[in-house]
Amino acid sequence: MMDIKRVGILGAGKVGIVLADLALRAGYEVRISGSGSVEKIDLTIKTLVPGAIASENSDVVANSDIIILAIPLSRYKNIDPELLSGKLVIDAMNYWWETDGIREEVLNPESTSSEQVQDYFKNSTIVKTFNHMGYHNLQEEAHPEGDPKRKALFVTGDNKEAVDEVAKFVNTMGFDQVIHYNIADGIMTEPGSPLFGASLRLNELRRVIDNFDHTEFGRKIAASKKNA
Amino acid sequence: MVDVDKLEFGIETFGDIVANEDGSLKSAAESIRQIVHEGELADKYGIDVIGVGEHHRPDYSVSSPETVLATIAGKTNNIKLATAVTVLSSDDPVRVYERFATLDGLSNGRAQVMLGRGSFTESFPLFGYDLTDYDDLFNEKLKLYDLLRTEKPVTWSGKFRASLENQEVYPKTEHGELETYIGIGGSPESIIRAARFGYKVIIAIIGGQADRFKPYINLYHEAAKRLEMPEFPVAVHSHGFIADDEDEAIEVAYKNIKANFDRIGLTRGWAPMSREQFDEETKVGSFYVGNPEKVAQRMARTIDLLGLGRFDLVYGAGNQTAAQRERMIELYATKVIPRVKEILREKEASK
Repeated sequence: MMDIKRVGILGAGKVGIVLADLALRAGYEVRISGSGSVEKIDLTIKTLVPGAIASENSDVVANSDIIILAIPLSRYKNIDPELLSGKLVIDAMNYWWETDGIREEVLNPESTSSEQVQDYFKNSTIVKTFNHMGYHNLQEEAHPEGDPKRKALFVTGDNKEAVDEVAKFVNTMGFDQVIHYNIADGIMTEPGSPLFGASLRLNELRRVIDNFDHTEFGRKIAASKKNA
Repeated sequence: MVDVDKLEFGIETFGDIVANEDGSLKSAAESIRQIVHEGELADKYGIDVIGVGEHHRPDYSVSSPETVLATIAGKTNNIKLATAVTVLSSDDPVRVYERFATLDGLSNGRAQVMLGRGSFTESFPLFGYDLTDYDDLFNEKLKLYDLLRTEKPVTWSGKFRASLENQEVYPKTEHGELETYIGIGGSPESIIRAARFGYKVIIAIIGGQADRFKPYINLYHEAAKRLEMPEFPVAVHSHGFIADDEDEAIEVAYKNIKANFDRIGLTRGWAPMSREQFDEETKVGSFYVGNPEKVAQRMARTIDLLGLGRFDLVYGAGNQTAAQRERMIELYATKVIPRVKEILREKEASK
């Protein structure tokens, strides 16, 4: 197991800023980049998350133990897959038609968004998390372990060791975890799922996930798999 | 610091369909006339601004807010007439300017433009725009609007609209300028953009604690300083419902705000609102729900904490009855606003 001390965030929008804030509070060294120059996000970072280091993508990746992708899903291919080669990467993205546009133009409808992200960053290990709770819930509801008000996040990916590592990281960021070892299960957090936008405690989240196949969304997914 | 004498209070409606007492729904036409009546009431009670939203959906009655505002203009004397918001991305800035300049003439200078990218996107396919151009559309159209706002001949070219070569746009306003806000959902980029254009800012705080916007308001002021642009006190808008009785207020708001949220969630893919979520929003979040004292206390706290210059309460969410909406406006104007000012004056005095 690696020792995560430095967190790199690609994306300085609402979600990137919230995750930077949580990571700083958890004691990590935080680097963050936006889509443009460092100057473009410098004021934002200094004002909203003082202590985080505004930087270029390459510097963020080179100097971080874990990378969080917090950009609009429609733009993940703007990042060179080689840049993230060999890295442990959290996919905090989700399809959101209002910023991403028409789904068929952004994603292959035959598979889940995280599978496509993993296929594109083929030399990186992708773990999906931080993507079903609203960003303001993430910001307000991070609590230390054992706090009765603590909420839980879904963590999933194909690489068991990486998923466990990310689950530990999620724990330090202030959330309980429901863990799966199947990146395709990331579908459970996509829009239309009862998990999407949900801010739940561990037991409630586990119950929703365990009952996923019985939800309308879950049945639709199962039906489309059968037809495929 | 909050300047209580200059503090403004507004109401905003998104044009939700009004319910009859038996729970059946009024028509869109009746709902529009109800808004006009509410505009008159708000003016009579001395509320500073009424904002009317723009939607292109069956569950909202207003797609052409300036037309509704023009009717309110003819029946009122003092209230400012705003949109909440005008979806500039899918509109033509020249038409936007013309409509507001006309409203400004009709209302004797009371028109107020509120521009936004729009949190609903139905207008994009309707007017032939591509959602993937979301940011570019707003940036480009804002630049053109900014030129038009000078009321001088405009030379301009861009991607999404025919070029303009030394064109004048009419009518000119009486006072040479349209008061303009940019409505912001809270992305850092939007805040800096508003500062760059030197426009006033209204932030939609529609979920979670208002406290988290404090750094964003600092960002607006820092950006304005750095860009050497004018700084204005920031405005916010949030949902609310007021009734004489606390429990009644909570039940009416829960039923209607939840129904509204869940209905929108169906098309946007988010899970239904839980009672716990609603309660949290009314206790420490961004729903201002309760009896007048409770709402006044919470509003005063937010205004003080964020150093605001204006607070707009979004009313009528879901299918409330005309009586519920009208009583809310009356209580807001006659009980809540004076009490908020009183609390803030006490706070200032004790500082």
